[in-house]
Amino acid sequence: MTTGLLTVLLVVICLLLFFVLFMSMTAGRLDRLHRRIDVAELALDAQLLRRSGIALELAACGLLDPATSVVLSESAHAARRSSDLSVAERDRVESDLTAALNAALGPDDYAEVLSEQGGPELLAELSAAIKRVELSRRFLNDAVRACTQLRRQRSVRWFHLAGRTPWPVFREMSDHVDLGPR
Amino acid sequence: MNPDSTVQRVGIVCPYSWDVPGGVRSHVADLAATLIERGYLVSVLAPTDEPEFLPDFVADGGAPIAVPYNGSIARLSFGIKATRRVRQWIREGNFDVVHIHEPVAPSLSLLACWAGQGPMVATWHSSSDRSRILSAGYYIAQTAMEKIRGRIAVSEQARKTLVEHLGGDAVLIPNGVRVSDFRDQETVSVAGSQSILFLGRIDEPRKGLDVLIGAAPAIIREFPDLKFLIAGPGDSDSFRERIPEELQNNFEFLGSVSDEDKRRVLAHCEVYIAPHTGGESFGIVLAEAMAAGTPVLASNLPAFDRVLQGGSSGMLFTNGDCDDLALKCNDLLANPEMRKELVARASERVLDFDWSTVVDDVVAVYEAVHMPGEKVTEDFRGQVVGRFAGRVVKEEAL
Repeated sequence: MTTGLLTVLLVVICLLLFFVLFMSMTAGRLDRLHRRIDVAELALDAQLLRRSGIALELAACGLLDPATSVVLSESAHAARRSSDLSVAERDRVESDLTAALNAALGPDDYAEVLSEQGGPELLAELSAAIKRVELSRRFLNDAVRACTQLRRQRSVRWFHLAGRTPWPVFREMSDHVDLGPR
Repeated sequence: MNPDSTVQRVGIVCPYSWDVPGGVRSHVADLAATLIERGYLVSVLAPTDEPEFLPDFVADGGAPIAVPYNGSIARLSFGIKATRRVRQWIREGNFDVVHIHEPVAPSLSLLACWAGQGPMVATWHSSSDRSRILSAGYYIAQTAMEKIRGRIAVSEQARKTLVEHLGGDAVLIPNGVRVSDFRDQETVSVAGSQSILFLGRIDEPRKGLDVLIGAAPAIIREFPDLKFLIAGPGDSDSFRERIPEELQNNFEFLGSVSDEDKRRVLAHCEVYIAPHTGGESFGIVLAEAMAAGTPVLASNLPAFDRVLQGGSSGMLFTNGDCDDLALKCNDLLANPEMRKELVARASERVLDFDWSTVVDDVVAVYEAVHMPGEKVTEDFRGQVVGRFAGRVVKEEAL
């Protein structure tokens, strides 16, 4: 009788141990994913800032016609002032800048700027910044997807493993700029 | 190197043996060489049997063990010893970014995902089937994979595999070739007027040597003096047994060739044939032949079709079809003008795969995942075995 009871007790203890280990591992994973999202968000914001900075430079350098310059600097300024806005608002403002860049640098304008002095360097910087925005956003959304997938698991929801960390959000914006000849 | 780049020290992990030529290994070697040319400090961790012959930038990842993996025999490194080496390498390397190749390969790569944390990126090379990815141990692999901040795929097929099996997304950065290494090679003298070349393991069915042997009689009928040069690891005797008696003199088995010899043989031969029947996600060797100025005749696998732009910068034949291969090969051999045209278009096309172009995209990924001042460090969390391996190392150090 006592051996039976002991066996049951032992099994229960083992199961409990496994459970605790599993929970600690899951909490570790979750923590790591949240950190990954934080880093990716910082990276994306830094790249967006860089992109709008170069857009401003391009608008101010006199290589574009005045009307295009005004349109471009308007949207670039809006993007740089967007840090207080909500995420959705910020994404909209950045999408506007993408649209402005696409409009300002059609194939003809691009060739024009490329032929001017200082143009090639500016365009190279711009294209590098645009590429990095695309990369950062993709990596951020990838982290968000992995995190939400884990947070939907029952074990995470029932035991509130995520604590008070807000639900991660995907960043939806258009960030593709067609530079150069199409 | 970009002066305001925050990334300086890069660690690269190669899962397959450094001593055996192969797609992933060449990719890693070329990436490392190009990064070093740009002024980055690079350390590659790879399994090896001959640590004394390693170049300066390669760290000894321990002796590999030959195991069947992914449809062929792969030389991998794993176990507690390998884990310790990976941890030591991460600790001592002080890397800004660690770049892991083929992270699901059960070797140093998977161990590095598991033992490291911080700015880590990974490149997926192969397109593998679902059943294997979902087999035992997948949960652990998935958990380790979550730490990868930036995913790269070398081909659309590899990207598709990754997205379907793990979810999420990856950036497509195609494989690179160091085009300048392949240009203007002095040719080796091999007896015979004309020759065609096959490269790859002769005992691996997917490399398609049997398709070439099947097509050989019809090719020899038109070109009796033609030499088939077969270069790749494998046993010479068992190879001879597969060749029909009357064709023995037309086949020359070169065995495993060094990278340098490969370039020379490529430059020497009239046509390079890639009869692969599957499993290829990019086929770097196609781009190498194109860089060497050798006309390419390849099976119409999706990956090859894309590299050869649907047949405009190299010829395609129906996958696995010996008759079609013989037909196309005879066409090419009989028609020097056609070869010249293919080579001209190929030398243009191959610039898209030159490492000097490709490496810009790789560096952009590094910078996108790296925060100023961040380092890759050891990860001990939630991993009993990992903690244990870490403690053993510490005790040894005392």
